Amino acid sequence: MSLAVTETAPKDSLFSHARHIVAENPVTGIAFGLFALFALAALIGPYVVPVDPLASDTAAALQPPSAAHWFGTDQLGRDIFSRVVVAARLDMIIAVASVALVFVAGGFAGIASGYFGGWTDRIVGRVSDTIMAFPLFVLAMGIVAALGNTVTNIVIATAIINFPLYVRVARAEANIRREAGFVQAARLSGNSEMRILLGHIAPNILPIMMVQVSLTMGYAILNAAGLSFIGLGVRPPTPEWGIMVAEGASFIISGEWWIAFFPGVTLMLAVFCFNLLGDGLRDLVDPQRRT
Amino acid sequence: MNMHTTADHAGANHMQPPLLDVRDLTVEFATRRGTVRAVEKVDLTLAKGETLGIVGESGSGKSVTSYAVMRILDRAGRIAEGSIGFAGIDIGKASESDVRALRGREMSMIFQNPRAALNPIRKVGKQIEDVLIEHVQAQPSDAKEKAIEVLKAVRIARPEERYHAYPFELSGGMCQRIVIALALACRPQLLIADEPTTGLDVTTQKAVMDLVVELTRERNMSTILITHDLGLAAAYCDRVMVMEKGKVVETANAEAIFRAPQHPYTRKLMRATPRKGVSLRDLLPEDAAPAAAAPTAPVKGAGEPLLVVENLVKEYPRQAPTGGLAGLFGIKGAVADPFRAVDGISFSVARGESLGLVGESGCGKSTTSMMLMRLLDPTSGRIEFKGEELSAIPAKRFAGSPWRSRIQLVFQDPTDSLNPRYTAARAIADPLLRMGSGLAGAALRAKVEDLARLVGLPVNLLDRFPHQLSGGQKARVGIARAIAPDPELVILDEPTAALDVSVQAVVLNLLQELKQRLGMSYIFVSHDLEVVRMLCDRVIVMRSGRIVEEGATEAVMAAPKAEYTRELLSSIPHPPL
Repeated sequence: MSLAVTETAPKDSLFSHARHIVAENPVTGIAFGLFALFALAALIGPYVVPVDPLASDTAAALQPPSAAHWFGTDQLGRDIFSRVVVAARLDMIIAVASVALVFVAGGFAGIASGYFGGWTDRIVGRVSDTIMAFPLFVLAMGIVAALGNTVTNIVIATAIINFPLYVRVARAEANIRREAGFVQAARLSGNSEMRILLGHIAPNILPIMMVQVSLTMGYAILNAAGLSFIGLGVRPPTPEWGIMVAEGASFIISGEWWIAFFPGVTLMLAVFCFNLLGDGLRDLVDPQRRT
Repeated sequence: MNMHTTADHAGANHMQPPLLDVRDLTVEFATRRGTVRAVEKVDLTLAKGETLGIVGESGSGKSVTSYAVMRILDRAGRIAEGSIGFAGIDIGKASESDVRALRGREMSMIFQNPRAALNPIRKVGKQIEDVLIEHVQAQPSDAKEKAIEVLKAVRIARPEERYHAYPFELSGGMCQRIVIALALACRPQLLIADEPTTGLDVTTQKAVMDLVVELTRERNMSTILITHDLGLAAAYCDRVMVMEKGKVVETANAEAIFRAPQHPYTRKLMRATPRKGVSLRDLLPEDAAPAAAAPTAPVKGAGEPLLVVENLVKEYPRQAPTGGLAGLFGIKGAVADPFRAVDGISFSVARGESLGLVGESGCGKSTTSMMLMRLLDPTSGRIEFKGEELSAIPAKRFAGSPWRSRIQLVFQDPTDSLNPRYTAARAIADPLLRMGSGLAGAALRAKVEDLARLVGLPVNLLDRFPHQLSGGQKARVGIARAIAPDPELVILDEPTAALDVSVQAVVLNLLQELKQRLGMSYIFVSHDLEVVRMLCDRVIVMRSGRIVEEGATEAVMAAPKAEYTRELLSSIPHPPL
């Protein structure tokens, strides 16, 4: 049963397509809005914050939220709002870098193992099984502890623990398409195996990988914050959401809730936003939706 | 036939109110671009014991009509107008729970893909039991007995054994019988069969349709057969209703509709249906411009063998079943004889010739074409192309071989064989880019446009993605891609199986014209003998990996020597002419 409505459908511009998707699912709109906010904070945050995030002012320590300090101040009198905004850049950099790394490495390994099968599949499969065998956060802790306490190593550790997720998604999707008609047709057209892999199969897997990217993006932020929380990775006084929560945690009992609360809420919103973004992104990059 | 008073109906039919009485049915679908009317003002009556065929091409609304009758339209669809009366109940207004009680018990449906309609991990006998128990036709204590009775009713041999079979252990025809058994388990009054034999072999189709008709008669059921095949509808139905774009264009007795089709659309459909004694050109509508005799390229060395196949064999290892623990521990049973998908076939194709390769599913014709295409390595045997031994180059490395461009394939499914993320132009350009034509930029685009014009694809469609093209347009893209590297041999793997008959007529004519113009040779793989007859000079009939008959097409069709060929020919449903 097919309806002959698409015959004369004109091609949508990307913009009107995006508008349609947002109209269809308002939650996607909220997610894109939040994302824009975080991206803005990461790009221009350090230049626009009202107070220097590192400047301490012991006279104004542990102030609750007020007009002067929107999110209050911490035990050293630093402005929490400024610190939360400035931290966005570091957290975003860690998340984007680690996801980009694992997207390329895991995606390629997965597609190759799904397409070629045999030994490629066995090796890639066992490597990801080995990674999956550890509690992932503990593995990330181990990697950072062993390699050293730097931002680069947090990126690498986050990429490694996400590797199996990408491999599995890419492998399953490539496997389905391995014998598809268009892949056979590509062989007949004289495409080399590598070209089929990257030119024909990979673009078709992109929509599903996009969802994965968005999900792991949130997870990567959480992971980086988690590592900082337990004292690995980013070190104080650098503003970072995880450290701020860790520092504020000891003050909750004495009633100074805002120190941990605001960075915590920001962290939650960031993860929430990326998770919601997934569906919207898939709809945007999927050509089938553009009718 | 559309009479609008009940009295007339009663008089015209069997002196009793019709079982199904649909009036002014309009079904609408909400889509992104507003509401689409899939079915418009359809009137339909069905008497008890009658078989009605609904015929139309894709998008004609024939399936939607039946979904509305069963009230199983998907969420976007709704019955906008009209009434559906079934045995005195207004289906359109009845509550969901009432309709649910009717479905399965009073009205049943069988679908196109029988395997998809069965639960793959449950024994077929159990699935029949489920239906019987659900509709209180059996108690758990006697369900098994009754299920076996039902299996017997659909003529399944050894029903006690088949009761324990899983769907994957049964053939397509057998699965469709199980689906029929499920549909008829509760002795419904109305059976709707939606393309029940599409995808089945022609001999299986005959067996399944014979069974449906027999059961209909035996139980005095009413049946609606939805099909795109006029021949099938005419052969098995009392009345035929032809639909086009959501509207009924003609309803008449099966014989009358073939003797004297009234509506131009019906005539067009009839013309396009391949049948005895017509040529390819006859399939096109009367008003189609007579092709200005395509410039026939002189075939260099016509008659010389282009492709010679000798003793081609493809074996697949088969493992003897291992029982319980041995299987668990990976202890392999005795190695059984390998399965021979292609069992020593030899033939040749001359330059400029078209050869038909006919057989039912599993006969090895697809395996053969895959080996000829050099996508699959043969176990043994020789494939010689222009005197060159092609089987010496492994399939894996053939993509880089200069011979790759000489042999091309047109795929069966035009949708599946186009990369969803490539535009039509990009798809056609792919072989040109990869096989060293040296074209780029504007020259490449010009070549692609030439090819598009050659296959009759409007140039303004070249920048569309496959999902924005119709089936026929996608088929043209596939053909353009195959002829882009200027091949000498093209294998056509059921290129029209997924197309509507009117589109099929156009595509077949296009293929014939291209062959004359470009001087290519064809191997036409198909299960449809009528189509092969029109396009091919010579035909090979295959069964279980072997050639059972070979000869000039007309001779084989007129006087088949092999028993199997005769069976194939007699299974083709013919309109009563």
